[in-house]
Amino acid sequence: MLFYVIAEGVIAFLLVAGGIFAFTGSLGMLQFKDFFMRLHGPTKGTTLGIGCMLIASMLYFTVTQREFHVQELLITLFLFITAPVTGHMLAKTGLHMHLRFTTGTRGSVPELRDEDVGQSRVARPAKARHPWRPGRQQRKPRLPR
Amino acid sequence: MLDTALMISLGLIVAAMSMNVIRLARGPDVPDRLLALDTLYVNSIALIVLLGLWLNTKTYFEAAMLIAMLGFVGTMAICRYLLRGDIIE
Repeated sequence: MLFYVIAEGVIAFLLVAGGIFAFTGSLGMLQFKDFFMRLHGPTKGTTLGIGCMLIASMLYFTVTQREFHVQELLITLFLFITAPVTGHMLAKTGLHMHLRFTTGTRGSVPELRDEDVGQSRVARPAKARHPWRPGRQQRKPRLPR
Repeated sequence: MLDTALMISLGLIVAAMSMNVIRLARGPDVPDRLLALDTLYVNSIALIVLLGLWLNTKTYFEAAMLIAMLGFVGTMAICRYLLRGDIIE
């Protein structure tokens, strides 16, 4: 009997923790100023929240039906593998499309260094690539064909 | 206790999905909307898992697995389209 009470407590804790983590990830995606900041919330917070919820579901069905379930573990593993790949591809897309970003943060991405930054769109370093051109070339934002 | 935790978790997930929809509607650029869609399908997986816990069935986990795989493929396809201008070269 005590085992069921402890299992219920663990499952309830994992469910609430997963909900809070997923909520925090989506809140970060809504509230941050920048695409590169906004990328942090869903790739880490939401993934951890979904992992917590799936492990809670696995524990629930394992305890109540007295046999081990691996489907939730499969979904968890798949999400934990694919979330960093998605984050990497989204960051590459943002760098490729020269999205605007804010400068109020410490440090900078090596791809975005040595440029006059601000609320404008960011271009590649014009000095390094075109030393013969005077001044900085205003490049139009590259859009997909 | 489990019912209370389930209701709290459902409310949080619904709030998270509504925030994703807000970001999807007003995202200034295409990658923002893509990120919102990605988070939306991940949250829908959580919603399906909570529905399975609520109804005490295991019927919906195949749907969750399918949504996970096809959502990843869709996000990769749109990312490749934005990066290269083509999906399969």
